[in-house]
Amino acid sequence: MPKLLKSTPFRYALNATAAVGLYAVIMALINTGILNRYQALMLIPIGFNIILAVSLNLTAGFLGQLPLGHAGFMSVGGYAAALFSMSVNLPTNIELPLALVIGGLVAAAFGVLIGLPALRLKGDYLAIITLGFGEIIRVIILNLKFTGGAYGLKGIGRQTTVTWVYIFVIITLYVISTLIKSRHGRAILSIREDEIAAEASGIPTTYYKVLAFSISAGFAGIAGGLYAHYLSILDPSTFGFMRSVEILVIVVLGGLGSLFGSVISAVVLTILPEMLRGFAEYRMVIYSLLLVVVMIFKPSGLCGRYEFSLGDTIDNFFSMIRGSLIKKGGGSDDASA
Amino acid sequence: MTLVYLMINGLQIGSIYALVALGYSMVYGIVKLINFAHGDIIMVGAYSTWYLMSRFSAPAWLAVTATIVMCSVLGVLIEKIAYKPLRKSDRLSLLVTAIGISLLLQNVAQLLFSANPRMFTNIFTGSVSIGERQFSNATTVTIAVSIVIMLLLTLLVKHTRMGKAMRAVSEDYETAQLMGINVNNTISFTFALGSGLAAVGAVFYCCSYSQIQPTMGSMLGLKAFVAAVLGGIGSMPGAMIGGLCIGIAESLTKGYISSQLTDAVVFGILIVVLLIKPSGMFGRRMNEKV
Repeated sequence: MPKLLKSTPFRYALNATAAVGLYAVIMALINTGILNRYQALMLIPIGFNIILAVSLNLTAGFLGQLPLGHAGFMSVGGYAAALFSMSVNLPTNIELPLALVIGGLVAAAFGVLIGLPALRLKGDYLAIITLGFGEIIRVIILNLKFTGGAYGLKGIGRQTTVTWVYIFVIITLYVISTLIKSRHGRAILSIREDEIAAEASGIPTTYYKVLAFSISAGFAGIAGGLYAHYLSILDPSTFGFMRSVEILVIVVLGGLGSLFGSVISAVVLTILPEMLRGFAEYRMVIYSLLLVVVMIFKPSGLCGRYEFSLGDTIDNFFSMIRGSLIKKGGGSDDASA
Repeated sequence: MTLVYLMINGLQIGSIYALVALGYSMVYGIVKLINFAHGDIIMVGAYSTWYLMSRFSAPAWLAVTATIVMCSVLGVLIEKIAYKPLRKSDRLSLLVTAIGISLLLQNVAQLLFSANPRMFTNIFTGSVSIGERQFSNATTVTIAVSIVIMLLLTLLVKHTRMGKAMRAVSEDYETAQLMGINVNNTISFTFALGSGLAAVGAVFYCCSYSQIQPTMGSMLGLKAFVAAVLGGIGSMPGAMIGGLCIGIAESLTKGYISSQLTDAVVFGILIVVLLIKPSGMFGRRMNEKV
């Protein structure tokens, strides 16, 4: 029995069931009206913020580099997806995923293009060069004709639904968490721990850095596509440095190197401002103060590097019950002796 | 004719960049931190001068002096409260803290003064004519005072005890401590000096661009940072020359290409410099020890 619980196929089945179950619960909540229309719509920004945070965590938390241009990739993906869906005329359920995949691929290609030169640098310099690229992308979009320039891109179909967002959140989490647990993931982690030692052990560091960077960019692009088809308008000024910082805040608060932390923090930091509507002007002050305070007192973020695993939790739960049963048995033995 | 004007304009904004870049460079040299909050000190300086002059109708010299003192104190406070506890932890958290402080300053300013731009009245009115050409006093004063300040700063770093301590700490933090240098005081002094220079830059900036906004510091700060990188971060003459170069490049782009592309050109310069020679024009190449 314990062997079955720890086997990979069982774990996959367990997680798939949980994902479907959670979807069923969310849908039931929406259909029964427990979540009203407005709250149901909030699920979409929560979803793309999760994708953005989890993808940024791949480079910031697992690769150990600090990129400050994540919004740039988001905008590239958003514009690519929107321009595609505006130029073709397919059924929504084919058009949207196709547009998102194209957005993701274009953003990933930009990731390779920018990553190859940028990742030669480390630490602060990498942060600054990605910031520079992010700003350049924004200025270029602002000055191009087919992106609508400063007026933005209007008339994108509102095709993003809770279901599609949910599907892509699950895909993102699945791809990134399995990537990290794989052989390639260990190579990425080794670069974070010590780049020189990793290189000396025969790991092609440039390859893995660019790989992680472009995967991260690709998912940011998908999130951008979801964003574009949710708002139905793209405005280049919303993809500035501040947007990148907002995503970084989510990742850092959740914990660099914890996907679980990123998900929780994305959910909380998307809902919190909505609940704080009355204090809208204090929102960013609280945000920034929180960031500084967390950095000073718990630099590893709220979850550190903790990862939640459904299988392990169930295992622990069962072994706890077993443990307490055996203890009880032992206790009665003592009493009789 | 236009070329001369563009060059002079470039020198003017360039010397403001240089003043701000000096702060970035000195701080980076000593604590190895890109002080993202430095740009926002400019914003604080601008608001404080404007507030003192418009609300208390303080004379210009008093407002400027008070602003310089206030910004220096603010710089030291930020260092003591936010950066000092993290001096031993990894660079990433320090950088994120700096970003956090920058956001905090911007949003507090937005809370206090609203996001609407305020108008700053030029202190240096009038103009001088050199030959046939007329230059506004704001331009000439900015360039002249910046040159004087940079000369004084060079003398301070080269010939005073504090300057010597600053150089020693940036050379090797721990050895400097062993030699009996008070590292904490030196770092505080550097932050005070850098923030003071940013305040001077703020006043000059407002005299020619008159609009004050809570977010004005971030772009200005980023460009000054590009200037510091171009000159070689950690190097003082580098920051000065880098600032002037960025200013002239920006002014020429505005004059001959398109004013919308100035930001792209500045960041393009940054990327080219980082790819070809990350240590900049005057920086020293640092090898990582294994």
